[in-house]
Amino acid sequence: MSATRAAAPPADGAVDPATPPDLPRRRGNTLLRHLAVVAVAGLVLVGMSYALEPFRNFQLATVAAYLCATAGLTVLTGLNGQLSLGHGALMATGAYTVAFCQTAFSDRGVTGLWLLPVSLVAAVAATVAVGAVVGVAAARLRGPYLAGVTLAVAVVVPALTVTFDGVFNGEQGLSVPVEPPPLALGPYFPYERWQLWVAGAATLLALLLLANLVRSRYGRMFRAVRDDEVAARLAGIHVARTQVIAFVVSAATAGLGGALLAVLAQSVSPGAFSLTLSLFLLMAVVIGGLGRLAGAVWGAVLLVALPDLSHALTEQLTLSPAAAQRLEGNLPLAIFGITLIVVMLVAPGGVQGLLSRLGRAVSARWRARRS
Amino acid sequence: MDRFVFLTLDGLSRGAVYAAFALALVLIWRAARVVNFAQGAMAVAAAYVAYSVSAATGSYWLGFLAALAAGLLFGAVVDRVVMRYVDHASPLNPVIVALGLVLLIQAVLGMVYGSEFRPAGTPFSREGFTVGGLALLSPYDLFVFAAVAVVVSALAWIFARTAVGLRMRAAAFAPEVSRLLGVNVGGMLTLGWALASGVGALAAMLVIPTELGLHPHAMDLVFVSAFTAAVVGGLDSPPGAVVGGLVVGLVLSYVSGYAGSDLTPLAVLVLLLAVLLVRPGGLFAPVAARRV
Repeated sequence: MSATRAAAPPADGAVDPATPPDLPRRRGNTLLRHLAVVAVAGLVLVGMSYALEPFRNFQLATVAAYLCATAGLTVLTGLNGQLSLGHGALMATGAYTVAFCQTAFSDRGVTGLWLLPVSLVAAVAATVAVGAVVGVAAARLRGPYLAGVTLAVAVVVPALTVTFDGVFNGEQGLSVPVEPPPLALGPYFPYERWQLWVAGAATLLALLLLANLVRSRYGRMFRAVRDDEVAARLAGIHVARTQVIAFVVSAATAGLGGALLAVLAQSVSPGAFSLTLSLFLLMAVVIGGLGRLAGAVWGAVLLVALPDLSHALTEQLTLSPAAAQRLEGNLPLAIFGITLIVVMLVAPGGVQGLLSRLGRAVSARWRARRS
Repeated sequence: MDRFVFLTLDGLSRGAVYAAFALALVLIWRAARVVNFAQGAMAVAAAYVAYSVSAATGSYWLGFLAALAAGLLFGAVVDRVVMRYVDHASPLNPVIVALGLVLLIQAVLGMVYGSEFRPAGTPFSREGFTVGGLALLSPYDLFVFAAVAVVVSALAWIFARTAVGLRMRAAAFAPEVSRLLGVNVGGMLTLGWALASGVGALAAMLVIPTELGLHPHAMDLVFVSAFTAAVVGGLDSPPGAVVGGLVVGLVLSYVSGYAGSDLTPLAVLVLLLAVLLVRPGGLFAPVAARRV
């Protein structure tokens, strides 16, 4: 298969610019360092949830939900070299599972703070099952074939909700009953702040697990398989198993992200998980910097901020209402498309690649000045 | 039995379009080792050009010619402006860039034309001839068969019998050697993109009137079906793409006729997965040892 052939690194030893450099060597305990980062991020989030107005809280919660999906995708595509255009469909799996669980709980009159975590775990489990099926198929496919199959998944899964509309209620989708914040937090606790806490906690947990995974034996195996399958096999790595593991991990986070989105919106419908969402996720990951969790953060922020910005931009222009509506709906898509192309042509490392190059240049100059 | 005949003819007519679109994918794959995921969006853009020209002049045929010209032009522009500069070190890169093009083209179409379905005209009636109370092919189906047959034979003639075709094959097969022998490899690549995109535009013109109408996303499912057709035939084989297209058309027609039209997307996915898992090289590929 020529696609795999083309993936071999160039013979003259030049580093492929699309692949991030090796992880920097850091001292100390990896787990403790990651825990510290997560603790700081959690404190910052809590602080921001009090400082920001409710709508911004909601937006930040949406960023957190997208971040789950983009972080998983960047591990799969950036570190393991498997391109998935089907993550929108995996998010839909998680979202519909959470809808079923929450509806079942509220129909039976069960209440309690533990319901939401149970539903989220169920969503992750369902997505893991779906992801394992797709992943087993994906492990046998390369390059454009894999992209084609996952593209088919992205197109087909939203269509299934219409086919079986007895279960999924067609285009209208389902509502997701979510309980109000616990009374212990006080009677006037803003709902949006509670949403941010829930989404933020789940996302930080997922990121912590992912960050540790990336730095573990499995992370090294992912990268080895990405760089050269033959060499990885020779080093005793089970290539297909590693690829399935990467896909399942990535699917789990995508399912969590979709479930969080459903909880935030309190509804699910196939329109929210179209092919465009899958492409958006991929784009966010590429623009942020493939294979970098920090890049996934940039990507998730962009996913929420860009439609907002284009809304503000179209309000500045004086247009007829119809034209304004067309422009507003499509401007983010156009900007995303152009940015994606330009980033791929000019800066394959993405935003985070540029930032870390900048950081290295600054620290090198600083060191040179001191010596 | 009547129904079976009807579904078979309908499937062949649909399959002819998939065959043309799959052929476009195969052309680019052979020339540049890129699966052009933007093919559907580029074809829809050409169909919108046809819509504008037809609306301005009132003539279907002027619009048809405009679509073909626009298709050729889009292909050349995409190659010259974007694809040429993509780093092919990783097979992911061209796919990602093509997906960026999809978003861009669909967004521009949405801005200019809005995202409502627009009716697409046909030059011939879509009412089937009836033979003994049995509805058979419509004049439009015959037009589809004729158009696809002309394109397939023309491509076969170009590649097998003309000097340009020989150069294009040489440029794809051994770029370095061809360049040494005086072939303009870059030009041949652009020509390949233009031809493929022109064929894609033709397929879009043929298929869109038989579906819901003109829409920026009109070709999404057609693209998936045509990709399946190309994979069924083996991405490398033009005759395989034609046969694959007909096979996919028939399968989809039977599924939608006997099991319900909602199930066709699922049938595409199942067919694609089945072929890739059982014969990843396609039905026409020689059995080859797998790498790794």
